[in-house]
Amino acid sequence: MEGYSSEFSAGGAGGKVDTGTIMEQVKVQIAVANAQELLQRMTDKCFKKCIGKPGSSLDNSEQKCIAMCMDRYMDAWNTVSRTYNARLQKERARM
Amino acid sequence: MDNFENFSSSDKAEAAELQRMIAIEQQKAQFQAQVHTFTDVCWDKCVDSPGSKLDNRTETCLVNCVERFIDTTLTITNRFTQMVQKGAH
Repeated sequence: MEGYSSEFSAGGAGGKVDTGTIMEQVKVQIAVANAQELLQRMTDKCFKKCIGKPGSSLDNSEQKCIAMCMDRYMDAWNTVSRTYNARLQKERARM
Repeated sequence: MDNFENFSSSDKAEAAELQRMIAIEQQKAQFQAQVHTFTDVCWDKCVDSPGSKLDNRTETCLVNCVERFIDTTLTITNRFTQMVQKGAH
């Protein structure tokens, strides 16, 4: 997948379409949207788990909890990603 | 797009290739979106308090959760299809 940009970035002879640049932009936009989604859900979950009655600032235990929660959420995300991918492969093999 | 007829055949081929490559990225993005949904739901089901790592019990729960969620989706789809075919709403 990653070798494509160099193949197409020359744009062809007077090409109106620079495929390489466009694909880079598409990938970046998708990656940014993905990161935003991750952060939004992570914030929601970790606020619920770590902050009881909101005080006038985040104390040390709350900060530590948030840091741990973030790491665990990403671990969970990776586990889910692996599991889902394996399941998709299994279903494809059946077809 | 209304000037498409004026494009050379190599430009058209490039545009078609671009569409194909974008479709692949969209498919990857759809996969990511599903992972977000599953993680959201399964986090609530499986994780009580976040520790210094995910223990085995939690890992197993997450794996089972994803599989059962997919099974549930399939079950609902199949049964709903049957219901519609029988003419019920």
